[in-house]
Amino acid sequence: MEVGLGRKVATKVPGRVPQRRRRSSGSLLFEKEILPWLFLLPVVGLNVLVMLGPSGGSLYYAFTDWRGLGHANWIGLDNFLKIFRDQFVSIAFRNNLKWMALALFIPPALAVVVAALLAEVARGQRLLRAVFFLPLVVSTAVGARAWQGIYHPLFGLVAWLAQHGVKFLDIRLLGNSDLALYLVFLASLWKSWGFPMVLFLAAMQQVPADQYEAAIMDGANRFQQLQHITIPSIRPTLILILVFTLIGSMLVFDFIFIMTRGGPSNSTEVLAYRMYLYAFDRFQAGYAAAIGVMLTFWSGIVTLGFLLLRRVGWEV
Amino acid sequence: MWTRLGRSKRTPSLAINYVVLALLAVFTLYPMLLVFLDSFKSPDETLSNPLGLPREWQFVNFVKVWTEAGFSRAIPNSLLVATVSAVGVTLLGALGGYSLGRLKPRGGDALTVYFLAGGSLPAQMFLVPLFFLWRKLGLVDNLWGLALIYMGTGAPFAAYLLRAFFISLPRDFEDAAKVDGATQLDIIRHVVLPLARPGFLTVLLLNWMGGWNEFFFANIFLHRQEVQTVALRYVVFSSEYFTDWAMTSAMGVLMMLPVMALFLITQETFIKGMTQGGLKF
Repeated sequence: MEVGLGRKVATKVPGRVPQRRRRSSGSLLFEKEILPWLFLLPVVGLNVLVMLGPSGGSLYYAFTDWRGLGHANWIGLDNFLKIFRDQFVSIAFRNNLKWMALALFIPPALAVVVAALLAEVARGQRLLRAVFFLPLVVSTAVGARAWQGIYHPLFGLVAWLAQHGVKFLDIRLLGNSDLALYLVFLASLWKSWGFPMVLFLAAMQQVPADQYEAAIMDGANRFQQLQHITIPSIRPTLILILVFTLIGSMLVFDFIFIMTRGGPSNSTEVLAYRMYLYAFDRFQAGYAAAIGVMLTFWSGIVTLGFLLLRRVGWEV
Repeated sequence: MWTRLGRSKRTPSLAINYVVLALLAVFTLYPMLLVFLDSFKSPDETLSNPLGLPREWQFVNFVKVWTEAGFSRAIPNSLLVATVSAVGVTLLGALGGYSLGRLKPRGGDALTVYFLAGGSLPAQMFLVPLFFLWRKLGLVDNLWGLALIYMGTGAPFAAYLLRAFFISLPRDFEDAAKVDGATQLDIIRHVVLPLARPGFLTVLLLNWMGGWNEFFFANIFLHRQEVQTVALRYVVFSSEYFTDWAMTSAMGVLMMLPVMALFLITQETFIKGMTQGGLKF
């Protein structure tokens, strides 16, 4: 494709470029110093308006009693101290940690195993890869509702099973506070596990086949091959995925918001949802900003830790 | 006995692979299939026949979604937001990326790092002040206001991606044009833009899809029904009328159709673009 494009340009371009032989030093200065920043102005400007400026705002409002409207009074560290006393925050934080524990283990493990299986398969590989990737292009809204349908006692798979004799399933699964968080996690797993899988698959396809042949000759079984050849080949990708997971698990929102809104009885309460409630439902914008700052602080720590480890020579 | 029945070491059988992969394909496809099949059932049949094919394929749910559930407004709204924001991101990203990759201004490297880091800043960091700022500016409940948010958050990373793309393009044509005395703008118009088209298409495609599917910001910045996008309208409507599962499903199908079509047509571009997007470091 690129070759084709190149050829097209080569036949078309040179004749069309206007000829201008002399340029003043003023226009040279313009092209070297001013033009590049004129090009950057729109993207930088809009980003400052949408992200950077309001981020600075959060840093300020986190220390105030701002309600979103009117005057904001400086209250020092009160909001941050309140975070540690807030029982809803502590429930939410525990749920985020549970989510993180599941997310660090299940999606990467599933993705590694499936990528390894898929890498060995020639027939159907592309088709299956597309199938596993498909949930990533479907809106979270649809995915979340579809899983609600599956879990629902009237509409989907669970309903069918209940109708056909699996009596214990004849309940509102998402109404069960012991199960709800795990069921939401399963929906989120459905949506996102294809992403690391595709990355792992690409990394595994870089491994020369003779490494596996040699291992098989030495009598290595499948698990040993996975352990000694496959996993090392995907190690950098795997670590990157774990870093994303450490950050992302603290920011979970969409699936929770759509499927359970923190319920039943706070069993799916998470920090981003709490923050949303404080900001837009309880008029505690300053406090919500403080929670947002803490969440960002966490992603900053994880990112810095990762970069630091890489700098001191860890092969991550 | 069991081990002897297993595959031999020399010619590994792929049976296990296909069994596991098929099971996972069912897990992956079933939720979408459920939505698809139920969208053609009557509300009664979604209850009496939760798993099977529709006994009678009917399209009334799609008509109702258009006339009763507000999709006649939501679809144009989403088309506007997705298109405006995707074109905007591509344009801003192309300008910025070209500057960083080719013109290399002083301070450009620091800005590149910022674009990378800023792109991964959690929305929670700027969400609250942004909302109240947008309200002051009259941009809440405003589709252009939402598109601006998508552009402001998406364009830096697009600039970062396209910077790499511009760097990878061969410089020969440009140098030739420069020898001929062409100005920077001439070079961009006649040499760089045609070469960079595949990079633009990837950014355009991914951002259009993102804008069509997006829920988080839409949910916070749009309240009135007339301005709701499809993802938001879908969630709001199905919270109120979840028991009309047939109609909820029809809405889901209408939401999935365009992105799935785009994905199937441009699979390689899509997967490559999205995985690059995730690998920012």
